[in-house]
Amino acid sequence: MAEESRTKITHAGKLGYSFRRHMHERFIETFLFLSALLSIAIMLAIIVMLVKESLVFFQHVSIWQFVTDTQWTPLFDDAHYGIMPLVSGTIVSSLIALLVALPLGTIIAIYLSEFAPFTVREMAKPFLELLGGVPTVVYGYFALLFVTPLLQIIFPELPGFNLLSAGLVMGIMIIPYVSSMTEDAMRAVPMNLREGSYAMGATRFQTAIRVVMPAAFSGIAAAYILGISRAVGETMVVAIAAGMQPNLTWNPMEPAATITAYIVQVSLGDLPHGSIGYQTIFAAGLTLLLITLLFNIIGHVLRKRYREIY
Amino acid sequence: MQINSEKPIETIQYKSEVKNLSFYYGGFNALKNIDMVLHDKRITALIGPSGCGKSTFLRCFNRMHDLYPGNRYEGEIILHPDDVNILASNVDPIEVRMRISMVFQKPNPFPKSIYENVAYGLRVRGIKQRAILDEKVEAALRNSALWDEVKDRLHHLAFNLSGGQQQRLCIARALATDPEILLFDEPTSALDPIATASIEELITDLKNKVTILIVTHNMQQAARVSDYTAYMYLGELIEFNVTDTIFIKPKNKQTEDYITGRFG
Repeated sequence: MAEESRTKITHAGKLGYSFRRHMHERFIETFLFLSALLSIAIMLAIIVMLVKESLVFFQHVSIWQFVTDTQWTPLFDDAHYGIMPLVSGTIVSSLIALLVALPLGTIIAIYLSEFAPFTVREMAKPFLELLGGVPTVVYGYFALLFVTPLLQIIFPELPGFNLLSAGLVMGIMIIPYVSSMTEDAMRAVPMNLREGSYAMGATRFQTAIRVVMPAAFSGIAAAYILGISRAVGETMVVAIAAGMQPNLTWNPMEPAATITAYIVQVSLGDLPHGSIGYQTIFAAGLTLLLITLLFNIIGHVLRKRYREIY
Repeated sequence: MQINSEKPIETIQYKSEVKNLSFYYGGFNALKNIDMVLHDKRITALIGPSGCGKSTFLRCFNRMHDLYPGNRYEGEIILHPDDVNILASNVDPIEVRMRISMVFQKPNPFPKSIYENVAYGLRVRGIKQRAILDEKVEAALRNSALWDEVKDRLHHLAFNLSGGQQQRLCIARALATDPEILLFDEPTSALDPIATASIEELITDLKNKVTILIVTHNMQQAARVSDYTAYMYLGELIEFNVTDTIFIKPKNKQTEDYITGRFG
């Protein structure tokens, strides 16, 4: 038998209702709700602003012209408002970045999660996070002043501003985001699944590819979607290294502008507020938002369809 | 050779012999000088209180401990008829696991279809021919008494099965590669009584096909399914004998106390 405790907990006289406890709980609940509401409110405010300002733009330029015109020269006398040159620049630079970031990020994640000894993992992770902490402007000049000259050794006719170098460096920049989220997703796969695979005579690599990755699919999809959104929304690197000339091209060896680079260019310029030229940045921004939204929806659908069941 | 002809007849019927096996998790001595045998095509149960080392012992047979750093084996587990010490450092644990399958405590189907779960062991061996896969998958599912329940939805995700079905699927997965020894680590502890009964029936049916070593918390289960029982306590093998003898006339006082519930 346990020894009788000396102190006795006295219970409240009668069972009832504590007004103070109730208010305290309500207060915390309200506070948490408002915090959550704030982020949604900001998001809505951004959308409202973009749509409202874009409407002004679309009163001057038809959506048809916006989508089909092959030139983007809103600042010229002969103004054209076709978004495609900016979209193509965005897509080409993002694709190059993703061709670098997704495979490398995944390979790093597989190594760190399934192969690396504890000490290696603990040393490598801070370095990767450091890679993600470098300011993007540094990456921009790294692309322009280091990677482009390097590429020019291989491709002598490569212009000083080009999508290739910007895309490659953007890819390096995104690797840590992809690898760290992918690794988290893979490490969250319970050990008993891995043991089940090893017990069947599978190697570490077979286990990683055939069991752990399918089990972590939704987390890996989320990592990829984040990487895509980062690539599409990245500004500094492309603004510095890809040139700022809108150029409807699918050739990475050419200079071109992305949507983000154009927005920066105009925002930093001296266009009068309210002019049609100024309004273009909202239409461009809305396009960017829609592209990102599209990927987020795809990610959401994938996550729902292949939710993690262990 | 004279020596071979003088080999006692029982030796030939041993599937495996454990000789002076000790095991260390880092500095912790989890198994101490165990000597035991597994009779060929018989069911051997490991019983004992929590933490006595029965799962640790089981996991020596397929070198599961090699997956984690700092673990160390001493002694031998001889696998017959090859007469090879599977703990030897020149034996690849993957080859051991290809011949000694395991079923875990909690059903752990892979995030794949029912068919691909069963075919997994064959696929990691590089078998690709559809005819062989189909045949082995069906045979394994029949042997695990699951075929009739799943034959119309082989390509559905395995997670949609009930807990008992999932565990039978894991048994099918383990059987598909024709293992020589099948290890069960408390295979029914996460299941309800009805599913438990079907798994026990299955294990009993399997004994003519494969040598079985089963860890169980449930003494009635050990008494019901096994031919031989080993009682372990604090990393030592206290008593090993025919199951009836262990349960009716244990020689050791400790075993008797545990079995009669005076100690646990």
